[in-house]
Amino acid sequence: MYSEKVMDHFQNPRNVGEIEGASGVGTVGNAKCGDIMRIYLDIDENQIIRDVKFKTFGCGAAVATSSMATEMVKGKSVNEALLVTNKAVMEALDGLPPVKVHCSLLAEEAIHAALWDYAEKNHIKIEGLSKPKSDISEGEEEEEY
Amino acid sequence: MERLIYLDNAATTKVNPKVLDAMLPYFTEKFGNPSAVYSFAAENKKAITEARESIARVLGANTEEIYFTAGGSESDNWALKATAEAYEKKGKHIITTKIEHHAILHTCEYLEGRGYEITYLNVDENGVVDMEELKAAIRPDTILISVMFANNEIGTMQPIAEIGKLAREKGILFHTDAVQAFGHVPINVDEMGIDMLSASGHKLNGPKGIGFLYIRKGVKIRSFVHGGAQERKRRAGTENVPGIVGIGVAAKLCADTMEERSKRETELRDHLIERVMKEIPYTRLNGHRTRRLPNNANFSFQFVEGESMLIMLDMAGICASSGSACTSGSLDPSHVLLAIGLPHEIAHGSLRLTLGEDTTLEEIDFVVDKLKEIVAKLRSMSPLYEDFISKGKEVVNAD
Repeated sequence: MYSEKVMDHFQNPRNVGEIEGASGVGTVGNAKCGDIMRIYLDIDENQIIRDVKFKTFGCGAAVATSSMATEMVKGKSVNEALLVTNKAVMEALDGLPPVKVHCSLLAEEAIHAALWDYAEKNHIKIEGLSKPKSDISEGEEEEEY
Repeated sequence: MERLIYLDNAATTKVNPKVLDAMLPYFTEKFGNPSAVYSFAAENKKAITEARESIARVLGANTEEIYFTAGGSESDNWALKATAEAYEKKGKHIITTKIEHHAILHTCEYLEGRGYEITYLNVDENGVVDMEELKAAIRPDTILISVMFANNEIGTMQPIAEIGKLAREKGILFHTDAVQAFGHVPINVDEMGIDMLSASGHKLNGPKGIGFLYIRKGVKIRSFVHGGAQERKRRAGTENVPGIVGIGVAAKLCADTMEERSKRETELRDHLIERVMKEIPYTRLNGHRTRRLPNNANFSFQFVEGESMLIMLDMAGICASSGSACTSGSLDPSHVLLAIGLPHEIAHGSLRLTLGEDTTLEEIDFVVDKLKEIVAKLRSMSPLYEDFISKGKEVVNAD
């Protein structure tokens, strides 16, 4: 069902974990649908993503896309990270089964949500980034990261 | 080659070698059409009768009340659609449950589209039908009650004899989908007041593509497949002789070994349940603790998703199944798990392990050890678990 790359990223996910005092954190998805992704970004003063971590509740494809997406944005500038689309993540994984395409959407959304959080915290505007839609219930937003 | 631990016997079973041996001659040697006149084919006709007799004996039924079909789904379709048609003058109301197999539920939807009214009974947190709710649902125009014998996901067994008694008192036909139960637990159609019963060969170490519908004498049910005069003109088509021989032998073997097998499976199942519940925190057992199939265990592991578990189990050589949305091809988790009141995220983390006659204690222990590692690994990656730990409070509805 899954490509070798998907299986590799599922079995050996890169960048799993949390970042304490992260520059930006984004959580997207919905436990009801069975997928939640959280991405932590550590961004330096030059707007370079120095480190990235993720946690994911979801299927094999959800874990693999999270893992691949974190690899793709690590070391990139904030503006470059915005160009990491779900399509690019999917291609890097040698494709996903049609029913799993929505998982790759979540990866893109999670990165955008984390960047949005970073922009808000630092009162800056990132060109081309709009407020991410999030299915996470309001209660979650009150949490401190 | 790594070893394989097969714990998905509710999905399908391995054909018993004795069953296969009995079937083989009917492919290349005794291949004649049972309807033929010449003596070469006569033995095939006899083989079909013997299989019918074997099954009838297991159910306490008469031989001519067993009708061979292509499997459980066909039997369910036939029972519902043909009854609906035959009894439509009496009424167009059918009672079933929310936890039936899709062969029943989708057939009910089909009938709804043709003017029938269906009542879907609720079940309690263990998956058991409430007799009072059933009584209250009965109307003068109710023509059929269809309640599964045992659930395919959570293994819960229904109070079939009570339902049968009630149906009889009210003069309503009673059908039961016994695909998971036949050959595994004792069934007697007279004692339990069953008018129709569906079963399938491949759930009892028999072949796929063969099943039967028991139809009590006197039930006016119409032909489902029109054509030749096979199956007392009620189900046309040249008989699947090897399959019929196979299900006949499988049914007999299951009945002969039922007591011992079910005792053994129950012990292994209980060992599995006890270890998992004790050693893996935040886990729920789905289905009734005792009133369940001897070979079924179904758990929900909070904060993890089912498909991820299945892939990791697969990598360890373990075959299992889940009610997660990712394994159903839709966004919703299993209708059964939702019907017993599980919140979506708990239903997504479900795992079904169904034992077989070859399952060993050593295998069960290996699986529990692996499962502990897998659940711990997935939880360490789960944002839900992270939130749970940081909040340090119990998540609702999690037992």
